[in-house]
Amino acid sequence: MNDGVILSCADLNALIESLRAEGRRTIGPVARDGVIVYDDLESIDDLPAGMTDEAAPGHYRLARRDDDALFGYAVGPHSWKRFLHAPVQRLWRSEGERAAARVLAEPLSQEKTAFIAVRGCELAAIAVQDRVLGEGETVDRHYRARRDNAFLVAVDCGTANGGCFCVSMGTGPEASGAYDIALTEILEGEHRFLARAGSEAGQALLRNLPQRAATAEDIRAAREVVARTAQHMGRAMPVGNVRELLARNPDHPRWDDVAARCLSCANCTMVCPTCFCTSVDEASALDGSGTARVRRWDSCFTMDFSYVHGGGVRSSVSARYRQWMTHKLSSWFDQFGTSGCVGCGRCIVWCPVGIDITEEVRAIQASERETEARHGNA
Amino acid sequence: METLERILGEQPFFAGLNPEFLRLATGCANNVRFAAGEFICKEDDPADRFYLVRHGHVALQLFAPGRGAMTFQTVGPGEMFGMSWIAPPYKWTYDARALELTRALAVDGLCLRDKCDHDHDLGYELMQRFLSRTIESLHATRLQLLDVYGAKV
Amino acid sequence: MAMSETASMGGVEDRTIPCVGRVSARRIESSDVVTLDVETPEGPVRYAPGQFNMLTAFGVGESAISISGDPASGRLTHTVRAVGPVSRALCNLRPGDAIGVRGPFGVGWPIGTAATRDLLFVAGGLGLAPLRPAIYAALAERSRYGKIAILYGARSPDSIIFRRELEGWRGRFDLHVEATVDHALDDWRGHVGVVTNLISQVEFDAEQATAFACGPEIMMRFVAQALVAREMRESDIHLSMERNMKCGYGQCGHCQFGPFFVCRDGPVFAYEAIRPLLALREI
Repeated sequence: MNDGVILSCADLNALIESLRAEGRRTIGPVARDGVIVYDDLESIDDLPAGMTDEAAPGHYRLARRDDDALFGYAVGPHSWKRFLHAPVQRLWRSEGERAAARVLAEPLSQEKTAFIAVRGCELAAIAVQDRVLGEGETVDRHYRARRDNAFLVAVDCGTANGGCFCVSMGTGPEASGAYDIALTEILEGEHRFLARAGSEAGQALLRNLPQRAATAEDIRAAREVVARTAQHMGRAMPVGNVRELLARNPDHPRWDDVAARCLSCANCTMVCPTCFCTSVDEASALDGSGTARVRRWDSCFTMDFSYVHGGGVRSSVSARYRQWMTHKLSSWFDQFGTSGCVGCGRCIVWCPVGIDITEEVRAIQASERETEARHGNA
Repeated sequence: METLERILGEQPFFAGLNPEFLRLATGCANNVRFAAGEFICKEDDPADRFYLVRHGHVALQLFAPGRGAMTFQTVGPGEMFGMSWIAPPYKWTYDARALELTRALAVDGLCLRDKCDHDHDLGYELMQRFLSRTIESLHATRLQLLDVYGAKV
Repeated sequence: MAMSETASMGGVEDRTIPCVGRVSARRIESSDVVTLDVETPEGPVRYAPGQFNMLTAFGVGESAISISGDPASGRLTHTVRAVGPVSRALCNLRPGDAIGVRGPFGVGWPIGTAATRDLLFVAGGLGLAPLRPAIYAALAERSRYGKIAILYGARSPDSIIFRRELEGWRGRFDLHVEATVDHALDDWRGHVGVVTNLISQVEFDAEQATAFACGPEIMMRFVAQALVAREMRESDIHLSMERNMKCGYGQCGHCQFGPFFVCRDGPVFAYEAIRPLLALREI
């Protein structure tokens, strides 16, 4: 934070203007239909000023704050995944009759974007998807192109909602990682933003904005914002080796217990900022002149996700929930060297029956401890 | 010269049997030979023996009108067939037919049952061997019943 | 495999794009199984025995199909069973028809590390298809290996695939080939019974043998158990797994099998590595 500069609300607007002047599509939090979504914004006037989100398992409501904070909420149902790993992506189309098919690859997106107000958990989620889709032996070119074209303006969280557990996952509330510019919104005294650059592009952009150097007092105030948020987490992932816990409990009775509540609706996978599963469909032109392959987000909660001829491998809800949660918190490490969970809490908030991933872990952990205790007494 | 006792002892079914028991069992055994196509037993015949195949192959079949003879198992060298003599009603439940020139050892079940009745140690030893063959065949039958290769429709 | 002209943009290979091949020959193996030879514009094709391709029937969809030909031929051969819309469309392709090919994908049979050892190929049903390239590879360098046995189980005599080859291999003095069927009528002269029964009839040195098995998952579990009962090491037994595969390189998530992506980490796995998973239901 040493290099921080202080921006006023007007200066922040100038930041958005300069990003737009670079030809970038500026996308950020917008209140719409009773939720905060990520959509196009033209100026800071589009931001949900003075609003906050009240969230709990299976519950989300927007509410008024008693100040004019621009970023005074945590996260809504959208994540940046939709702008990097598109929900629907045509991969190619073919031309010609059956015997003369020619395949034309779908051009890569050229659109330059700027994401405004990327949270710490979301930076972590982007880093996770970078590992899955954007790096390594096989790179998804559509993801890579969108990722390379995105300028990330992060913001430290000044408010946590009831779903948040980033502290226990080590991903927030402070924004860290691959951002271009990170902001801390300071409401104490003058409404201002401590801005720091995380890349050369961010540095260059900041340099041209109206600003003043951050004082020790600004930095103290900013630190306090983050520290206060950290103390108001909605919940926490239990301490302990969750990876090993789930790996050794594929037959735990808790899976049937959660299956009795789970509707298998796939909401958790859709709102999850790291879930990456996709399926492909074939689309045919009505006149038979060509076809296209379209990739869509898919969910391990659907019946045909694991279909092999004859039926699905995971036909019970219990097996599908186990797959999702064990993948997220355990086998993700085996596959990508990191947890698939960033502690954003969306799966908890947007679950229609309020299933809480941290609570499920706690239940399995507790039952193991009980068993240990019983054996210890014997 | 090959003695019957040695030949019997070389059959996997009797492998490792103590010499005294082997001698007792040999007293119930004799060499048999079947021409290709010859029936060895027929369904519902009295079951009074079992066979240890030495050369050739035997098909175990059930016949259904309109479908013909359906083979559910083939038995080759080193394998045995015939368990029905152990328990009532002592009837063969299939047809056994030599697929080619087949040499086997036939073991008289009545004779063996009698010896087992008199010497329970021999009886226990042999029943364990029969039970283990029964379990193997049960496992194979399960797998066959599941029809695992078929494409589901 | 090189991709079509449009597939590599910006120098990065896009593995989502099929190249357009042509069916050059079609052979009917059984009532619902067809073998297709496929020519690709790039000419000779390199792949490892046990790998698979994603084949597209244009306008219908894509399916993961193992490569079933001779790797030395430089030609792609695929054997397909018509079980769903895509595989039916693939089976209905005729010589000259276009077919989309992505691949090859996955990890194949570790045939190269099995030199000097006895080889056991145990196949069930269509599982003989992904084993066939490995059998060809072993026969191409027959003297490098010890005893070689091919044990094949099928549902019935008329569902046996690669029949002519099996008969040819059976005629060789340096191969032990046995086929068994689950059900047969009187005109079948071969074995009847499950493929695990054949394992007791083959001679091999359990210490010095490598086994490759492919077939329905239940059958592979029993085969592996029968081989272990004959004192083979779990690390010397290799199985080819089947799961739903959409992308081929571990990014669509469908083929997950515990910590593994079957398409990328498999389809061939050492029994040792997956034995605990095989015991879990719905994993």
